[in-house]
Amino acid sequence: MAELKLNNNDAQIELAESAEYSDTIGKKLKIFWRRFRKNKLAVISLFMLIFLYMVAIFAPLIAPYDPDGTADDVMMADMAPSFHSYQSDVTGEMKTYAPNYFGRDELGRDVFSRCVYAGRISLTVGFVSVAIFITIGTVWGCIAGYYGGIVDNIMMRIVDAIMSIPTMPLLITVMALFKPSIYNVMIVLGLTGWTGIARFVRAEFLSLMKRDYVEAARCIGARDRRIIFSHVLPNAVAPIIVAATMGMASAILSESGLSFFGLGVQPPTASWGNMLMNAQELSTMVEAPWKAFYPGMLIFITVLSFNFVGDALRDALDPRLKQ
Amino acid sequence: MEKLLDIRNLRTYFYTEDGVVPAVDGVSFYIKPGETLGVVGESGCGKSVTSISTLRLVPNPPGKIMEGSEIIFEGTDLLKLSEAEMRKIRGNKISMIFQEPMTSLNPVFRIGDQIAEVLLLHQGLNKAEAREKAIEMLKLVGIPRPEKVVDDYPHSLSGGMRQRVMIAMALACNPRLLIADEPTTALDVTVQAQILDLMNDLKKKVNAAVMLITHNLGVVAESCDRVVVMYAGKVVEEGDVYSIFEDPKHPYTVGLLKSMPSAVGGQDKLDSIPGVVPNPLNLPKGCRFAPRCNKAMDICREKQPGLTVLGEERTVRCFLYNREDGVK
Amino acid sequence: MLKYTLKRILQAIPLLIIISILTYLIINLAPGDPTAFFINPEKASRLGPDYVANIKHHLGLDQPLHIRYFKWLGNVLRGDFGESFFEQRSVMSILWEALPNTIILSLVAELIALIVAIPAGIICALKRNSIWDYIFSTISFIGMSLPTFWFGLMLILVFSLKLGWLPTAGMRDNFDAFVFTDRLRHIILPAIVLGMGGMAANMRYMRGAMLEVIRQDYIRTARSKGLSEKVVIVKHALRNALIPIVTMFGFSIPALFSGAAITETIFAWPGVGRIAIEAVFSNDYPLVMGNFMIIAVMTVVGSLVADLLYAVVDPRIKYE
Repeated sequence: MAELKLNNNDAQIELAESAEYSDTIGKKLKIFWRRFRKNKLAVISLFMLIFLYMVAIFAPLIAPYDPDGTADDVMMADMAPSFHSYQSDVTGEMKTYAPNYFGRDELGRDVFSRCVYAGRISLTVGFVSVAIFITIGTVWGCIAGYYGGIVDNIMMRIVDAIMSIPTMPLLITVMALFKPSIYNVMIVLGLTGWTGIARFVRAEFLSLMKRDYVEAARCIGARDRRIIFSHVLPNAVAPIIVAATMGMASAILSESGLSFFGLGVQPPTASWGNMLMNAQELSTMVEAPWKAFYPGMLIFITVLSFNFVGDALRDALDPRLKQ
Repeated sequence: MEKLLDIRNLRTYFYTEDGVVPAVDGVSFYIKPGETLGVVGESGCGKSVTSISTLRLVPNPPGKIMEGSEIIFEGTDLLKLSEAEMRKIRGNKISMIFQEPMTSLNPVFRIGDQIAEVLLLHQGLNKAEAREKAIEMLKLVGIPRPEKVVDDYPHSLSGGMRQRVMIAMALACNPRLLIADEPTTALDVTVQAQILDLMNDLKKKVNAAVMLITHNLGVVAESCDRVVVMYAGKVVEEGDVYSIFEDPKHPYTVGLLKSMPSAVGGQDKLDSIPGVVPNPLNLPKGCRFAPRCNKAMDICREKQPGLTVLGEERTVRCFLYNREDGVK
Repeated sequence: MLKYTLKRILQAIPLLIIISILTYLIINLAPGDPTAFFINPEKASRLGPDYVANIKHHLGLDQPLHIRYFKWLGNVLRGDFGESFFEQRSVMSILWEALPNTIILSLVAELIALIVAIPAGIICALKRNSIWDYIFSTISFIGMSLPTFWFGLMLILVFSLKLGWLPTAGMRDNFDAFVFTDRLRHIILPAIVLGMGGMAANMRYMRGAMLEVIRQDYIRTARSKGLSEKVVIVKHALRNALIPIVTMFGFSIPALFSGAAITETIFAWPGVGRIAIEAVFSNDYPLVMGNFMIIAVMTVVGSLVADLLYAVVDPRIKYE
């Protein structure tokens, strides 16, 4: 009988909640968009990112060449960028070649086509590693924040310890030991990036657990898991979204950093990061700068866009900045 | 008696995203040397903005003191002074105490240094003299062990003690006018009375006038000589404290007095004024109090009432009285 | 204050133990023969399997993981990180030599970052939404978004190769004596590259902190005292706004060492960051582990210093 009554209470609360949510979520989105729209750079960045994702998705339709296909002739290596198509008979017969907008690299591969396909890899690496570290960080922060005490203490000391190890040497060591591949890059970036998220999810948890409605939910006997999923997590969503956006930026930067040491995504698969390996040689920077310039600019623009969007998201989602 | 401060037609507007807010809209009143003037009204009526306008501390943007306003202090219009000249008045001839003692002192500087700062600036004392004077001021405002507290940081003091420090700081340069913006609102009830007594006491000692801004009529009854009642950015009634309490004219003043708990009266139930303060972005066309007024007539909703002089130092802004043209 | 310092040092000990366990696990759980981590593979192939087995036994590598960890930790506590495989000397002496170089580079980088970030952040906050706010904010976002090595190489390309103003690499040209201008010329580019990220972040924090502080009641109090706007901002507001910057300093230390790994490699700066990278690539495992521990200790010490500084700049922090 008692249990029946309890469930009934739960159901009522749920009903009240869902009504409240459906009432405000559209309004919340509207307010959010109104604030986000004010930041012109962020809006431009958002469209930039949508554009880059479109290019990545429709890569086969956009790239004029096979990204891994070497040129028909060695003479075509390191060819400078041009917007004109041209004809050549290096293969014995006269062939018409599409323009090499970004030039060709040392193996005669078309830099533009490689950049287009590399976008797929780089954006995916960013996306997957962020998904991994958001998951780990959220779960870790929830457990530490919810259980508190000794569990919290041990878990947060581990977070402190990982945060005390500089990322780049750690990434490089782990990648060198576990053999670089696209999957390992995603896993390692995911496994090292979660500490910040864990910290603020826990902090969010501690502050939210003290709020009246969570106490109320506890009083009427709601279970741990229910409290976490229906009360606390929805409140932590906004900062997690911001962290995820900024995380995309840092994951793409980290991948390019690893690639600089040859430990990122492995060639011949192109990523913006490993295309920059050319930049290691100062002589190529002087003689054939396009090989490093375009992928570098793409990384820069993508990361910049994610940072701008993340910053505007934070401003638009942060209720403390309401005036 | 000559006027120490004469505010004439003060208008302070705020230019917000949603529109122009006339926080203070044509306010006029004066303060005589040595007297205490109470400025009374609900929150949002413009009394605090009036006070910071007097010191020209309205944050700009979004706030702006409009053309045509005059704030005449000892014969000069403060609004015509340069910023440098104005700085010589602030903290020296006119000083101010704020509502929130907990946040009004800078947390990273020692209490003595914060008091000494005004003395170094305005009185030309050297550091040792300023420190001596700071200790003296702390003693004057009744802080125990001033020689020790002078080297403490604000966080080690209670709210009441911090407000005493604020008073010490405000009175350090013997100002002619002390503006106190809800000085006791944030304090415990027991401490409130102590702080008020202290202010009344010290004001007599240094012979300063006080502009006491409050929503608490009990505070007014205890400390003020005259009262200005404000509503929605305008002065609605003015008079000496005795006639305001004994014979309130404006329906708003009447309502305020009725909503005040009385120690002697033994009423069963407190009255409250129905309705809420109007949205400053969308003020009523006629009298701003008309929507809440139980004596409102047709004309009240059509036209804004002017000031009616009822007697010496006694004015009211209400159509109930202006037919008799100044006498009642 | 002394009590507080001691307490913080005691708190750092479990942190360092966890770091040592993590470091040890990462190296030892990697796929491959653990022997290779402790015996120079070159030597091993030359001297044959018997020798390897002998050494293995001698080093205790035939014992379980946790026993080996405690042995290693025991040595570490005595300051013994073992011998480097490739440089025939102790890991400790190599790191001891490189550490000051990294610290100098990091300090100069942080200094450059703060010298630019603090005034720029203040201007952004005071002139909010002005053209300067947009310019500085955009610069800080660009700083956050540049790949470190790419930025470094671009600087070398322009200032060393094209203009020839500054050297491309190294720490000094004059090896006989300490020449200040020589050292200065060498440190400028790497310090700018290393300081870029911190500068961008600090500018954002400074702007945010300043915006928060100038809304506070005590700023209004300061103005009501008749202080000039300059004194209000530089004395009353700045002192409060610097508090979060000092806290950030503690967090920025791992990022500095992380950036040092790349920056030092590009500019051939003889510091621990470059040694870490070289050690990883040459499979010099004792050096890798020693390096990690030293950097971790430096980070912990750095955050300790930041904590103590925090207590100095914010009187509200209690030492108990």
